[in-house]
Amino acid sequence: MMRVARGAIIGLMLLLALPLAVRALFPLSEKYYLHLLVQILLWSFIYTGWSLMGRFGLTSLGHGAFTGIGAYTVVLLWNFAGLTPWLGIPAGVALAVAVALLVGYPCFRLRITGHYFALLTLALTEFVRLCIVGLRDYTGGSLGTQPARYGDGISLYAMQFEPDRMLSYYVALALWLVGLAIWRWVDRSMDRYALDAASQDEDAAASVGIDVTREKLKVTAISAAMCAAGGAVYGQYQMYIGPDTIAGLGVSLNIVFAVIAGGMWVLLGPTVGAVFTQLLSEGLRVAIQSSALLKAWLGSAALALDTALYGLLLVLFIIYMPKGILGTAIEWWQKRAAPAAPQPLRPSSAETTTPPVRAS
Amino acid sequence: MDCHLDIFFLEAIINGLLLAGLLALLALGLNLVFGVIDVVWICYAELVMVGMYGIHYAYKGGMPFIVAALIGIVLIAIAGAILHHLVIRPVLDSAPINQLLVTGGVLFFLQAAATMAFGIDFKNLGIRLGSVGFADMSFAWSRIITFAIALAGMLALWLFLSRTFLGTAIRAIAQDRQIMPLMGVDSRKIYLVTSAIGGGLAGLAAALMVLQYDIYPQIGLQFGPLIFMICVLGGLGNMIGGFIAAFIISQFIAIGGSCVATEWGYAIAFLFFMVVIFIRPQGLLGTKS
Repeated sequence: MMRVARGAIIGLMLLLALPLAVRALFPLSEKYYLHLLVQILLWSFIYTGWSLMGRFGLTSLGHGAFTGIGAYTVVLLWNFAGLTPWLGIPAGVALAVAVALLVGYPCFRLRITGHYFALLTLALTEFVRLCIVGLRDYTGGSLGTQPARYGDGISLYAMQFEPDRMLSYYVALALWLVGLAIWRWVDRSMDRYALDAASQDEDAAASVGIDVTREKLKVTAISAAMCAAGGAVYGQYQMYIGPDTIAGLGVSLNIVFAVIAGGMWVLLGPTVGAVFTQLLSEGLRVAIQSSALLKAWLGSAALALDTALYGLLLVLFIIYMPKGILGTAIEWWQKRAAPAAPQPLRPSSAETTTPPVRAS
Repeated sequence: MDCHLDIFFLEAIINGLLLAGLLALLALGLNLVFGVIDVVWICYAELVMVGMYGIHYAYKGGMPFIVAALIGIVLIAIAGAILHHLVIRPVLDSAPINQLLVTGGVLFFLQAAATMAFGIDFKNLGIRLGSVGFADMSFAWSRIITFAIALAGMLALWLFLSRTFLGTAIRAIAQDRQIMPLMGVDSRKIYLVTSAIGGGLAGLAAALMVLQYDIYPQIGLQFGPLIFMICVLGGLGNMIGGFIAAFIISQFIAIGGSCVATEWGYAIAFLFFMVVIFIRPQGLLGTKS
């Protein structure tokens, strides 16, 4: 435990110093690298939010709706009512949570799971996207819209920080740390054991006194809130939101697949997924840009190469590495370390089967 | 926002009926595959998209349309079998949701591959069939033909499933996955044949869609969610349910599109779908499992 805590502190220090290192090493392309890091951190936060549900078998394709609701609520309130995002984000989060509970409650009561749950939440995503496109007088339709720039674009009141990439990085880092803290808090809670039990056998879980619907609603609300907040901050950073970049089926699928690629059941899995997907697309882009041969051969088609590879890799991941990159790596490392230093047996049988005690 | 019970309203309703034929055909292939193999092909609409490109290039290559359409159907039937063999079979025994997600990877791949191979511009076959006028209303021949052929295709599948030995075996597998292998039915072969038929239906739908729609790599995202919604509304795996659901959903789209705006028609259809599922989770004709 001590070792883990020390590792976390060292890691945090490194992350705090990272933008300074970037500034020292790449003074000319500092903005680009920091942009990459901010993207990774913001998406990691959203992915971590999704994994809270995904790890318990609640495979939602509806989180593109929540990121969209968060982002659009904040921007529309700012543009049309002059409401600061400090109030806009809570409003967006509240709206997303309300939608999540409205859809989640009947789903969980009626035990809609598996394919049905995935396809029903997919319908929610489409519904929200269509509403955004349909309200084109306010939202700009499928072209998207921008939050009105406040002053020089850096403002605490308007929560705008895009021109200062260094500041953006620390905002994103803070958000990401909050996301990890929430994940850990859920992971350590009794709800986690209840949900683990429910994801394996709902009847058995209910028979030992777990209020399955309530437990699922709790984690759904947290997950939707994180995605809405993440979508809102992402919109503030990009200074642009579009129905296809922050809402819709494409976003939903990206969220699900990045988490699967990284690893759904470990703390940093979604983050690894975000790093992996960003590096894959950026790495390919740079490789193609710098190679005259590839450029001539692929032409404009190069733009889609990363998605094609991504799709192919996902198929391979799900078939051969369902635990994701980090999950598989940890498993491999533990297996290797096990014979050398046998892990003390966890008193897990007693701990994990205890039904949660609830105050109410 | 002007909606009167006039001749244009009637025209919208009839156009909705014609659209329903196509949607029912699209849902049928997905329902067949789900009913038999218990797998949702999230990339189903992308198979249709690939078929549309295949037919487009075969036709532009100088072949008569009928031949190009047959090539498209065979191409996608083979693609369906390959999809099952390479992608679905390795995950048949893992969690059901993995089977849905693995085809999501295929969705990304097909979409991006189509963008790379064919570009992002809209392609059109350039076949103009004209339209038929009737009492101030006009209906495109391409829609009428689509409707007729879609119905004929569904009838053919029904005859195949009810009158042939292979069809009976497919229906039997759909009813009981464990017992049929004991009765000497090779389930692997049945799965492969079913996937090919499901792909063939996607190919048939592609052949009909190229007459009406422009082809572009993202067209799957436009139709995909609609098809899934119809399948779930009718009861996943229930082919008659899917048929009825297609007619309900297409009316929402047609009337909504004629009275308000296209996307609101779609939005209301999705809302209606969610409400119905909360009342009848197993779908209109699905049975509780």
